Amino acid sequence: MTRFILQRLAETLIVLLVMSFVIYGLIGLMPGDPIDLMLTADPKLTAADVARLKALQGLDQPLIHRYLLWLSAALQGDFGYSRLQSLPVWQVLTPRLWNTILLMGISQLIALAIAIPAGVRAAARPGSLADNMINLTAFAGMSVPLFWLGILLIMLFSVYLRILPASGTATVGVHSLADRAVYLIMPVLSLTLVTVGSQLRYVRSAMTEVLRQDFIRTAAAKGVSRRRLLYGHALRNAMIPFVTILALDFGTLFSGALIVEQIFAYLGMGKTIFDAIMGNDFNLAMVGLLLSTAVVLLSNLAADLAYAWLDPRITYR
Amino acid sequence: MTRTLLRVLIGLAAILISATGPAAARDQLIIGTTQFPSTLHPSIDSMLAKSYVLGLTQRPFTTYDQNWELVCLLCTELPTIENGKAKIEDLPPGFKRDAGTTFCKSADPALASKGMAVTYTIQPNATWGDGTPVTTDDVMFTYEVGKDEKSGFSNSELYRRIVKIDVLDKKTFTMHEDRVEFGYNGINDFQLIPAHLERAAFADPAEYHNRTLYNTDPTNPGLWFGPYRIASIEPGTQIVLEQNPTWWGEKPQIKRIIIKTIENSSALEANLLSGAIDYIAGENGLSIDEAIAFEQRHNDAYDILYKPVLFFEHVTPNHDNPALGDKRVRQALLYALDREALSQQLFGGRQPVADSDVSPLDWIHTDDVRKYRHDPAQAAALLDAAGWKLGSDGLRHDAAGAPLAFELMTTAGERTRELVEQVLQSQWKAIGVDVRIKNEPARVLFGETINKRRFTGMTLFAWLSSPENVPHTTLHSTMVPTEANGWAGQNYADYRNPELDDLMDCIEIELDRGKREQMWHKLQAIYAEDLPDLPLYFRAQAFIMPKWLKGVRPTGHQYQSTLWAEQWRIEE
Repeated sequence: MTRFILQRLAETLIVLLVMSFVIYGLIGLMPGDPIDLMLTADPKLTAADVARLKALQGLDQPLIHRYLLWLSAALQGDFGYSRLQSLPVWQVLTPRLWNTILLMGISQLIALAIAIPAGVRAAARPGSLADNMINLTAFAGMSVPLFWLGILLIMLFSVYLRILPASGTATVGVHSLADRAVYLIMPVLSLTLVTVGSQLRYVRSAMTEVLRQDFIRTAAAKGVSRRRLLYGHALRNAMIPFVTILALDFGTLFSGALIVEQIFAYLGMGKTIFDAIMGNDFNLAMVGLLLSTAVVLLSNLAADLAYAWLDPRITYR
Repeated sequence: MTRTLLRVLIGLAAILISATGPAAARDQLIIGTTQFPSTLHPSIDSMLAKSYVLGLTQRPFTTYDQNWELVCLLCTELPTIENGKAKIEDLPPGFKRDAGTTFCKSADPALASKGMAVTYTIQPNATWGDGTPVTTDDVMFTYEVGKDEKSGFSNSELYRRIVKIDVLDKKTFTMHEDRVEFGYNGINDFQLIPAHLERAAFADPAEYHNRTLYNTDPTNPGLWFGPYRIASIEPGTQIVLEQNPTWWGEKPQIKRIIIKTIENSSALEANLLSGAIDYIAGENGLSIDEAIAFEQRHNDAYDILYKPVLFFEHVTPNHDNPALGDKRVRQALLYALDREALSQQLFGGRQPVADSDVSPLDWIHTDDVRKYRHDPAQAAALLDAAGWKLGSDGLRHDAAGAPLAFELMTTAGERTRELVEQVLQSQWKAIGVDVRIKNEPARVLFGETINKRRFTGMTLFAWLSSPENVPHTTLHSTMVPTEANGWAGQNYADYRNPELDDLMDCIEIELDRGKREQMWHKLQAIYAEDLPDLPLYFRAQAFIMPKWLKGVRPTGHQYQSTLWAEQWRIEE
């Protein structure tokens, strides 16, 4: 097992190295560098200014040369400054990464807490009223556009009921956990509502498949209680495909977080990466994208490890 | 299960009650904007969002006020030739202008070797937020940083213009400028930085843009000397400003100003309605169509003020295109447009139709120019005369049978422009001109297509200028971007008119306001006749204010309303 983990970690590092080159190249090949954009906004910039500013930011160098410079600095722990935020990259990313982990983590936990029991219940009694209601709710959640849901929640809780703050991460001058929690309610609720639907459908479908298996019928014939049959035998087997999908979905959760972050002015990784790419902020975009790549790779590794835990027949060598 | 759920709900309600607390007393103003400044350094990067904040925390030496008159803010008196504080002088021996600089042909050639000496006195009580007086040490340090090529100042034009600065005393200095021009006393962009704090960061000029305290310690009170100083920053989200105890001017009434950034305009509206923000700034808030829609729904609850601004929305034709290089075709294209109806239908008439690139709010504006009211018959006649005959397919063709067809580009995703673009397309179609829309994201359009002149037909975008702005960079024939000049200059149309070139050169050096006014009128007449661009309208900004907020006076130009924030009042 240890060998397997080490091997996967080494693979992860290689993928990150390749990705760093690909990401740097793709951002570099996008038309228009920061100085080109500045030229349009500032009529007083002269040719000399353009040359000076490009040289200052290293934009007059070939792309591969700039990448190698970036890589050698990064390997020494220097990830540079964010052009857009005028701060060291880590100083920009650390609080945002924490915010995103909080937002995505809580949403994911709540979504799982709803999706698993509801999915199991729906699969246990297919075609029943409960199954139909659960399916209807799941499809509604999957169909609602996130940006619209966010605005709707603001209108309901902030404009009409006036019980929740409309946006932000905390009240000015207040540094309490309760205050942070209040600001998280609507972002978490929106992200949960749009993710729970698909997760619920995955659980239901996997459970339906497992419940048709012979070993379930055998267990039932042996007198295993209904609860133990569903949660002890069937769910454990149904979790294997579900965990795979969860791990793969981690990347798409980032894009959902981006919309939530924009609507609720919640500072997280999604919006930071988006702004960095659009604003040609090489250093910030690079580290942000590599971090999200690492998160996806590590979540897949975690999924692989979870298989072994869920199914003792699976071993890693 | 039900009991657990009930317990969770009660707990949640308790958190809500404890965290939201009682309503705050009204001594603060929360302003909503859609953009967060990338840096708060006054001279690195130019962004509207930054100028908006700096209006509260800094004061430029000079600026244009709400009446578009140049006034002193940090200086005590505007230097003029009349009051003896500005003088024409000889340039130092051996002084050389940039290659390619042109000079007014009808002016005294001796003026070409003259410069100006302009003397300013800093407000006697001007003090940085840490109690250090604002002095000529700061002036000299700012000049030293500004002229250093490695410092990262985005606009070095101003610093290049300065030959030297002589310090007369701690509060008075004379700036020697390398040319004679009517704007000699306007140093709006010479924004002071504190020598006593920033000198250490400037030890390595190449690293200055990273090490400046404006980025590393922006809440340092010594960086600010306006009516407010920055108390806290949550990057990307909000900036909290508190009254600056060392401010020398009129004491502001509002104790605290919070600027919140919410990029999504629907969310911005919802935040206003919920009371999470009090005021949506016109400078950086809702677009005009969003504001008009908002007004229709919530007019009673807010004071909504529309102010036309210096964003000149226009279509730039590529004059290298043989058809668009023909003046008659450009005139026909403008006659074909019903711009009054467009402004009325899309913007409720809030955005005035433009006859040239000079705003009707500018003192140099004249109405005595050729007007292009909607006249399809006149448009058709002009196209006929230019050799573009209407064919059986409803399109115009030249003698060789080639159709009169262009690409029209604008910023993809910008809803208002895309809407305008469709109106233009249909109105041009009505006179037999085939226009195909090809839009690109802003960074591609502005970063590559426009500034490298890679568009073959026309582009729809806006210029932001300033009061009495000579359109040298956009219309002078020396300002066509090319690979050789590093794509500098903004004459994207490749418009070349020697008469207009010389007129602009002459306006720049004409110090007599009356004579200059006549020259400006001539420039507008040439523009309206020649149509280097197809003028559409001047954009307007919508200021959505609570009824209790008084004293906000939008300027209509790029120097923002926050420069007079000490006059803002809360009146319940």
